[in-house]
Order: sequence, then C-alpha cells, then structure tokens
Amino acid sequence: MTITEQILAVHAGREQVSPGELINAKVDIVLANDITAPIAIREFEKTGAADVFDRDRIAFIPDHFTPQKDIRAAEQCRMLRDFARDYNLGLYFEVGRMGVEHALLPEQGIVLPGDLVIGADSHTCTYGALGAFSTGVGSTDAAAAMATGECWFRVPESMKLIYYGKLNRWVGGKDLILHTIGAIGVDGALYRAMEFEGEAISSLPMAGRLTMCNMAIEAGAKNGIIVPDRVTEEYVKPRAKRRYAFYSSGEDATYVDVREYDCSKIPLTVSCPHLPSNTRPAEELSSVAIDQVVVGSCTNGRLEDIREAAEIIKGRKVHPDTRMIVIPATQQIYLDALKEGLAEIFIEAGAVFSTPTCGPCLGGHMGVLAKGERAVATTNRNFTGRMGHPESEVYLANPAVAAASAVKGRIAVPEEVL
Amino acid sequence: MILKGKVWKFGDNIDTDAIIPARYLNTSDPHELAKHVMEDADREFPSKVGAGDMIVAGANFGCGSSREHAPIAIRAAGIQAVVAKSFARIFYRNAFNIGLPIFESEEAPGGIREGDEIEIDADGGAIRNITKGEEYAAKPIPPFMQELIAAGGLIEWTKKRITSP
Ligand code: SF4
Repeated sequence: MTITEQILAVHAGREQVSPGELINAKVDIVLANDITAPIAIREFEKTGAADVFDRDRIAFIPDHFTPQKDIRAAEQCRMLRDFARDYNLGLYFEVGRMGVEHALLPEQGIVLPGDLVIGADSHTCTYGALGAFSTGVGSTDAAAAMATGECWFRVPESMKLIYYGKLNRWVGGKDLILHTIGAIGVDGALYRAMEFEGEAISSLPMAGRLTMCNMAIEAGAKNGIIVPDRVTEEYVKPRAKRRYAFYSSGEDATYVDVREYDCSKIPLTVSCPHLPSNTRPAEELSSVAIDQVVVGSCTNGRLEDIREAAEIIKGRKVHPDTRMIVIPATQQIYLDALKEGLAEIFIEAGAVFSTPTCGPCLGGHMGVLAKGERAVATTNRNFTGRMGHPESEVYLANPAVAAASAVKGRIAVPEEVL
Repeated sequence: MILKGKVWKFGDNIDTDAIIPARYLNTSDPHELAKHVMEDADREFPSKVGAGDMIVAGANFGCGSSREHAPIAIRAAGIQAVVAKSFARIFYRNAFNIGLPIFESEEAPGGIREGDEIEIDADGGAIRNITKGEEYAAKPIPPFMQELIAAGGLIEWTKKRITSP
C-alpha cells in the first residue's frame, strides 16, 4: 500500500484498503474557520448529538475575515467563540493568539505525522508535508465528524511525482509545485493523492514541503503527501504533545501515474491570471507592471518566506507605483520576524507589515484590488476576482520573486535587484 | 426522480470564486448568497436564472475552495441540478452532503446548448435533450451516495447513526 492507503486503512480499522473503495474512518483532528464553522455549527446542532466527539480534537480558527473586518464577519466569529465556550473546545484560537490555520496547526504540533485530518477548508491538504493524510471537506462533513469523530472517504488512487537534481538559485517549493501544476493542469490530479519524493524533496526544508502539499488541491488532488524522514522528525519532535507515527509507501504500492522532474530545468515560475496552471518562467514576464505585492498566506507566510523576501528588500525601497503588504501567517512567526529585525526591514522599505490574517489572499480585506489592478502574490489562487474586483489580476510567485517585483514595480527576478 | 428544466451553459474549470465570490462569504444566509451566484462568471446570471433551471458545464466544475456556500448558493437560486463532464472533489462531496443533485456525463456537455430543455432520469442515469431529441448517459451514482440521498443528506444519515449505532 501507499502511505495514503496505509493511513486510511489504520484509521478505518482495516488491514488493507484499495483505491476506489468507500470507507468510514476515524479522524484525529477536525478543523473549521470563520467562514466554514458557522455552517458546520448549524449542521452539528441538527444531528442531535449531545456533545462533540472530543473537545481537544476540534480546532476552530477565525482567520479569514479577522481581525473582524465588518459587522457580519464579527457575527460569524462570535458563533465560533460561543460554540467553543459552550463545548469547552481546547483548540479555539482567538484573535491575538491565532494564525492562518494551515500554518498554525503544524507549527503548534497539533497535526502530526500519521494523523488523519479533515478541515472545512480546501488547503487542509497542507499537512501531508508531515506525512499525515489530510484533506479539505465541506462544512457538513466537518459537522458530522464533530459529532461522530468519523468521516467517509473514497480511497484515492495515488500518483507519484519525483524531483531529482539540484534546485536553481531562489527556486523553492513554490516553484516546484507551480511548475508541476503547469505541467499536469488544474485537474491533473483530480480525486488522486499526490505523493512527492526524490532527492530535491529530501533536501527541501519543511517550509517548502508545506508549500508544495498546500497547493496539491490546485491540481484537483484529494491530498498531497511526503513520506516522513529526518527533516520531519526534526520539525515535529519539539512540537508534538502526543504520540505520532511514521508511515511509508510499501514495496507493493501501486501508482496510476509516475512523473519525473529534473529540477535543474525548473525556473523561477509564475502563474498568470486566471488559473494556477497558467505558468510561465518569471523571466519572461518583465513587462508586466504591478500595483500590489502580497507576501503571506498559508502557502508562503512562514518565517522562511518572510526572511527570503526581507533578504531582497533589505536596504531597498518598494517602487513608488507599487504597494507591498507582508503578512506573517501566525503570531509566533510575527514575533520571530520582529525579533530578527525583519519587520524593520519591510517598514523602512515602505511596506505594510501586518498582524496575521488571510486578508487579501481571498479578497477579504487588508489589500483588496481595484478594477484593473494587478498583484504579485505568494498565495495559492489567482481565479477571477480572487483578490478583489473581477477585473483585477493576480500572479502567483515565490517570496523572492514577489519581493523583487515590489522593488521594480513590475515582475522581476531577484538577480535584477541584488 | 425525473428533473426537467432549461439549461444555462458554462465552460471548464468553473471555480468556487466564480460560483460565489469570497467577498460575499461574510454571511452564510442562502438567500443572500443566491443574489450573487455565478456572478464572476456571468454578471447577469443572478437576475436571469429562474427556479427549476439547470446548469451544464465542462470539466472540473467547482474547483478551488471547500466552501459549501457554492452548492448552497446554486440550490438557493432555484437551480435543480448541475450536469458536468467532471466535478472537483470537495464540490462533489458537498453537493451530495447537502442534497444538490449533480450528474457526471462525458457526452451531455458537448451536446447540450444554452437554452435547451433537458430531462434527467436520476435513477436510470439518462439525460434527455428534449429540444434536440438526443439522449446522453450519466455516470452511475455510487451506492453509498445513493444511501446518502435516500437518507436526506449527510446530517440525516449521521442522525440515524447516532440514535442507533
Ligand atoms: S491564506 Fe488564503 S488559501 Fe490559506 S486558508 Fe487563508 S484564505 Fe485560504
């Protein structure tokens, strides 16, 4: 069995599962946010359950429209807070203690290797980077799991993506996944598990692995996953407060598709509007003028990402015709960035340095685009209207390309400013 | 169950931001959401669509976010069913979980034009184009999903399991 099948089998109490089978499995963590939890709460109440299945296994994270951007958003957040209080939830993260959910849960050691995690948010697939099976579901699925501790799944077929060779300078997890989505398309992994491996993955730090698994959904995948190794162990050990298990794919594992990528041929990659699969080498886009740059989100809002952008911005200025917004993904990252002097670098360059929020990533607040405006963002989606007006545009890139673009006021690669 | 209605056509990769833009997600009220359904794919859609209409689309319908607001907005706008070449997986689960009938068909999206009148035989898995006099096959609905539909959606199904484990 593949690692995905093994984790599903263990949680379904079975020796074996195979692709296509429908199973009922126990979940380790159920997640919902300020957009999806209100519906989950209403549906949960309809089940007639007397209590939640486990008060310490349900994470409620108000991160999308927080700090509460308007009255409606505040009302939604209040539903989460009230429910967390009523059911004494152990994993409720109030504004000031929160972070973008998919950055926060791994960072706090709440999701762990070998776990089965569902979240009412599509980027729940992020935790595959730890060697967990995690997938996005809807609010009703989350509600049922909050009541029963179980969820139904169709066991996905797995595809394997092998990355060999050395990465080019400034190329990271973001470029690998954008390049891959460009190659296979936004439904290239529909209903499948994407298993990433190869020497480039082995030497990729956890931040880059989280970025890759985060965007598995952008290829239509059910989950992204990386077999845990020494990098995983080093990341998880100091954070975990409960037991975890490493699974790996067996000799007998079968894959519907195996693809190989030579990393020396993968350039700094940008996804052009309006699909993540619409990729081009960053170098070819130097005529694209930019109104706004966003560094942040569950894709690239970790400390490593903020550092990378800071390295390029340091001692330089954001272009007069461009605004730059930097949003660390969690309070911890925010604090670390302050201590390291990174906040200062951005502020001196003329950028915004904000408290954690999803904010502009989904066109919510804190940097919404006007008609005709164009942004380079380290986020994960560039659909029509994603960051604001339906006639605005989003280009997806890694933090180094985003920062270089902020300096130049157009899409640029780091070498042009360093 | 036979569903009959007039068709609105859409292309491939209709994402959840097109179905219901994130800027409207500060509410989960179905009627509020319905006012903006498919707005970023077609500005006029919320005012044109009528109760009982159908959506027929290409591949990967509903890709993007996990927001259940997407099938909820479609249903609240009065749309009876969605036919597509394929569905993104979270949208697929959500539709069954909340009871929005959806059908996967390889041929139907190619044959059906906007404004055609179609009839879907939900049990038999056939889609008939009344306007053109054609018939297309839909993929059979897996037994477990049929069980969900028969129970009245995931919550009803769960309720039964809680009361009689
Ligand atoms: S940062 Fe963006 S993609 Fe990530 S959870 Fe928030 S809105 Fe979703």
